[in-house]
Amino acid sequence: MTLFRRAAMALAFTTALGVSADAGAQQRIKFELWQGLTGDLGERVNDVCKRFNESQAEFEITCISQGSYDSAVQNAIAAFRAKKHPTIVQVFDAGTTDLMLSGAFYPAKQLMTDHGQTVDWSRYFPGIANYYATSKGELYSFPFNSSTALLYWNKDALAKVGKTAAPKTWEEVEAISRELKKTNTPAPFCFEHDTWQMLEQFSAIHGLPIATRGNGYEGLDAELVFNKTRFVDYVKFLKKGLDEGIFAIKEKAQGATIGEAFAAADCQMTMMSVAGHGTIGKTAKPGMNWDVAMLPVYEGTKRTNSLVGGASLWALSGKSKDEYRGAAAFFAFIAKPESEEYFSTVTGYIPVTIPGFKFMQDKGFYSQAPYKGREIALESLTASEVTPVSRGIRLGGMIQIRKETRDALQAIFAGQMTVEAGLNQAVERGNAILRRFERTYAGKQLP
Amino acid sequence: MENRAHFKTLWLGVALILPQLLLVLTFFYWPTGAALFWAFTLEQPWGGGSQCVGLENFANVFSDPFYWASVGRSLVFALGAASLAMGIALVLALFCDRQLRGYAYYRTALVWPFAVAAPAAAVAFRYVFAPEAGVFSALNQIYPNIWNPATNGTHAMIMIIVAYGWKYIAYNFIFFLAGLQSIPRALIEAGAMDGAGVLRRMRDIQLPLLAPTFFFLLVINLTDSFVDSFGIVDITTEGGPSKATELMVYKIYFDGFKGLDYSGAAAQSIVLMLLVMGLTFVQFRYVERKVHYK
Repeated sequence: MTLFRRAAMALAFTTALGVSADAGAQQRIKFELWQGLTGDLGERVNDVCKRFNESQAEFEITCISQGSYDSAVQNAIAAFRAKKHPTIVQVFDAGTTDLMLSGAFYPAKQLMTDHGQTVDWSRYFPGIANYYATSKGELYSFPFNSSTALLYWNKDALAKVGKTAAPKTWEEVEAISRELKKTNTPAPFCFEHDTWQMLEQFSAIHGLPIATRGNGYEGLDAELVFNKTRFVDYVKFLKKGLDEGIFAIKEKAQGATIGEAFAAADCQMTMMSVAGHGTIGKTAKPGMNWDVAMLPVYEGTKRTNSLVGGASLWALSGKSKDEYRGAAAFFAFIAKPESEEYFSTVTGYIPVTIPGFKFMQDKGFYSQAPYKGREIALESLTASEVTPVSRGIRLGGMIQIRKETRDALQAIFAGQMTVEAGLNQAVERGNAILRRFERTYAGKQLP
Repeated sequence: MENRAHFKTLWLGVALILPQLLLVLTFFYWPTGAALFWAFTLEQPWGGGSQCVGLENFANVFSDPFYWASVGRSLVFALGAASLAMGIALVLALFCDRQLRGYAYYRTALVWPFAVAAPAAAVAFRYVFAPEAGVFSALNQIYPNIWNPATNGTHAMIMIIVAYGWKYIAYNFIFFLAGLQSIPRALIEAGAMDGAGVLRRMRDIQLPLLAPTFFFLLVINLTDSFVDSFGIVDITTEGGPSKATELMVYKIYFDGFKGLDYSGAAAQSIVLMLLVMGLTFVQFRYVERKVHYK
């Protein structure tokens, strides 16, 4: 792996030097960014780096994809332990807690202050920034590619039962699904076992806690509580719909993911990240009319803001002063409204600053296809003031907790366990993971 | 009197094996040593420090009923995959050895699957076995819900055994065929002249003489199915549905690499290592007794 990375780096450097006619290129201060996106999205991140290199002559950033979010973190850890790590690494939402406790980074705010970059921190959408900030609201990393979950709905299908607007409540989803079922429409509403949409977003928009201590922000001794909230009723509701045949599960293992099923009109309503908005636009059946809306809530619920998904950029510790100056300049560059517009245009991600969003709105970005609808994601992220349960989730071992929950949901939906037994098991096993995490970081405090 | 060639000086011998020793040291003993150390500590992934916890990691592993379930599943998987891969490979090799029509072509064709990378094979099998879109979806159209590895744990286990076994058929086939072809033709011809039929000759001459190959393959197949199966699992089922295909090695991969629980994964690796060593010991101690090399 290291060998391959070195070879790739060497190649990247030689090409950069070979192509550049600028004799001063050799004096540029070089630093690296490791990212976890691949394919088209990975290329777009590389484009951002290229734009930064073209925008100034002092620094040169090299962006290297590590293949996946997981590998970006794994490789950065291995490199950090060998002191061969990059200056900046992209870390996904669930990797935040570990890094925050590690002390292996240069806090974003301090980095900018130390290197003469003035940042107006109030520019960031609170719903986005808080996910990556300390419990006191100080940003430790820079929000980068950001998304949230939305309801995707097929306008043609709903028109068949006389609906011209997306359902706003779960009661409506159920009623519409039942109507659609009567017309023999396949899978009126479909979902996957992914806990991000099902547990995390549901709890946030209904103002329900996932764990005590403000979802873990206030201490490592937090305990999971989602087996005691309305989430239990929600899982029962989904199970009932499955048994009745009005809901369906769509996953890779079944043959098609929710996105593929929705694009093929094999599923009429689903919950999915706004990051998939562009893909659905490109892959939807020709002539299919569809749109996005905010996730439904239970009737009579006051909607709270949804959670941000995606990743943020961290500056790791142990690099030179020059490299940090470069990193600070890069962070200042990506926070410019023009940069945000560029990145949101070429991907499905949303802008993370209020001026960035305003800038794009004023230009009419969101009023035309294929970008129309993505502003709903910001509406959802800003649906309320950020509350202690909707600012984010700061739990150790989040990846394993998600898996335990997913395993339990699979057993519940396959009829092997009751809803209560399944969720109790997930919470019990999740709590054991949390206690183990707390022991690993014994004596450390969450900032 | 034995006449052995040997080096006059010790250092030359040492110098000659040094490269190999260094490789083994770097790629085997060093990582194993690190895992051993981590197994007795709680290690912070970013290297912030670790604390010694004695046997706590092992206690956690052994007190988890789901862990024992994964040990059981790993054994089922190993036995299932080994018997499938060895059984089919043996039959194919016997056919091939009899030089039935077209054997030269399928001898070549049968070797190919081993060259296919596990993830690629897994993607193909995921498609073949997908209940709603794959080849097997036709079966579901006739008998609804008869096949669904996405929700049925037994189906999912069959799926990974078949996908894994498929790849090892090729490997076993090469060894079986080589073993069969090294049996002197004269023995088989003598049997034929004494009036023994094809099946009789297979049972009384070829199979007993194939025993050393069989034993070697059994050890390799069982060992590999314990340590080499996570690629197939990761691509096809990710351990699901609800842990039905969570093999020991997949759990190590998930906890260590995805979950960043280095210590827990290290303890599990040590357990897996001891288990594989134990199994190999049992095979050499008890199964090998029945093998005659000459």
